[in-house]
Amino acid sequence: MVKRIVFSGSGGQGVITASVILAEAAVICDGLNAVQTQSYGPEARGGATRADVIISGEPIHYPKVLNPHVLVCLTQEAYGKFSSIIRPGGLLLTDPRFVKVERKVDARQVELEMHRAVMAEIGNSIVLNICMLGALIGLTKLVRPGSVVKMVKSKISSDFLEINEKAFGIGMRLAESAEALWSASDS
Amino acid sequence: MGTNIKFIQGNEIFAEAALYAGVQFFAGYPITPSTEIAEILSEELPKRGDKFIQMEDEISSICAIIGASLTGLKAMTATSGPGFSLMQEAIGYAVMTEVPLVVVNVQRGGPSTGMPTSVAQGDVMQARWGTHGDHSIITLTASNLGQAFRMTVEAFNLAETFRTPVILLFDEVLAHMREKVVIPASGEIEVVKRLRTSVPKGTNYHPYLTREDGRLPMSDFGGIHRYNVTGLVHDMWGFPSTDPKVAYDLLHHLVDKLENQAELLARYKTYYTKDAEILLISYGSSTRSALHRIEARRKRGLKIGLLELQTLWPFPRQTVRRECEGRSHILVVEMDMGQICQEVKKAVSEPDRVFLANRIDGNFISPVDILRALNMIQGKGV
Repeated sequence: MVKRIVFSGSGGQGVITASVILAEAAVICDGLNAVQTQSYGPEARGGATRADVIISGEPIHYPKVLNPHVLVCLTQEAYGKFSSIIRPGGLLLTDPRFVKVERKVDARQVELEMHRAVMAEIGNSIVLNICMLGALIGLTKLVRPGSVVKMVKSKISSDFLEINEKAFGIGMRLAESAEALWSASDS
Repeated sequence: MGTNIKFIQGNEIFAEAALYAGVQFFAGYPITPSTEIAEILSEELPKRGDKFIQMEDEISSICAIIGASLTGLKAMTATSGPGFSLMQEAIGYAVMTEVPLVVVNVQRGGPSTGMPTSVAQGDVMQARWGTHGDHSIITLTASNLGQAFRMTVEAFNLAETFRTPVILLFDEVLAHMREKVVIPASGEIEVVKRLRTSVPKGTNYHPYLTREDGRLPMSDFGGIHRYNVTGLVHDMWGFPSTDPKVAYDLLHHLVDKLENQAELLARYKTYYTKDAEILLISYGSSTRSALHRIEARRKRGLKIGLLELQTLWPFPRQTVRRECEGRSHILVVEMDMGQICQEVKKAVSEPDRVFLANRIDGNFISPVDILRALNMIQGKGV
């Protein structure tokens, strides 16, 4: 099993932190291999920030992602730049607050109102990235939810722990309702 | 338990490995893409009572570590292309005065300030010939972070054993990527200590008189012996000399102590080479793309293998020659205009069979780039 994930957004949204937490959870808690890379330089400041993660049970050689199984876009710019690289049959996760999905790609497109839920229930958008990670794990089961929570605990100061855990739960819940809709429309 | 698994960045691993090897002194000037090495050591060295100095530039940085090493400390610096250029004169001084040092060069796009955040491997020849005059030097590299840890410790060990600067030639991709690393337990990898002279205080110490085994025991500068250190050609006392025999012997000593050990210093790995008709040769992060392509081609029945070079200098000529023997094609995979490819051509009996798959535009070489080159050399067009 090899899973390639691309997180994209703008600087300050925490997409790089989210990518590190996911990859670290896979390695430290779930006993898998993972490689994480990210965009550096001018394009990483303000423009379209991008972080790549590969998770596998086997050794990983080539460290970059060309065609992701999973693509997360948290800005319109990132969506415009990266939506075409998604692997056919993959998963595209966006938030309608930031991204207006313009065209159909050959992927399952999931739009979740993560920002709205975070603002309504927590009132601080700083934890949007962890909510997104919760949604991602809920949709893909890439790693165990408990593994992500453990890594969040090891990385984030205790003052912000509670809202991060809450945000992760919101993401999981949004994913569950999306899955319920998906299977209902399937049958 | 007992295993220490970490998920950290390349630059963090280089710093951690340097601490494992016993680095006691770092002087440097932060530069992308090596900055985190200085950042981490600026926190860790003072905690241990050791020294970190941010200097005004790379010239003073390397001069500071030469001084620190002479006084008996394990010393290093870390930089990238532009800083490495500034260090060249003093690297020659360290070669001439036989001072153990480790210099990390995290390569980026060049020449000049080039592309600071882009990957490249164009400093291979600079590591070998950046400083003037006949000399030899050790240069090591790695393609994954576990290897990079071992090569960094090895660099400190070889610097002490051979009394020479050792260059760790990493690259932006390796330095910035994160992956799983099993950190070796303390004592798992041998750490070579400084060889100090047994000559007692008050007895003449000859700093450049080799022992029978070819090694030169050191005396901490400023300690119990007074002696001279100079970049001029010098005799066994360390005093300048223009005696042709002294000059001849010194130059031969500096070159032969490493070049005669080239095979002993050769660190390399082979993958799928037993029945390989096509052999890829790579080093550093490019190796990862080569391996990716090889495993995909193997599944389609192509007999293809890889020689990964971890020692770049002294160039492992015999190893390369032996591994290339009997192959139909040799494809060197690197991110420069063929700096190692030219060395491979010199080493093999049929240089016409050696081809280059490269990328020099700041993009990381991909398995697709290698496939194109493979198709071309197999006459399948591009």
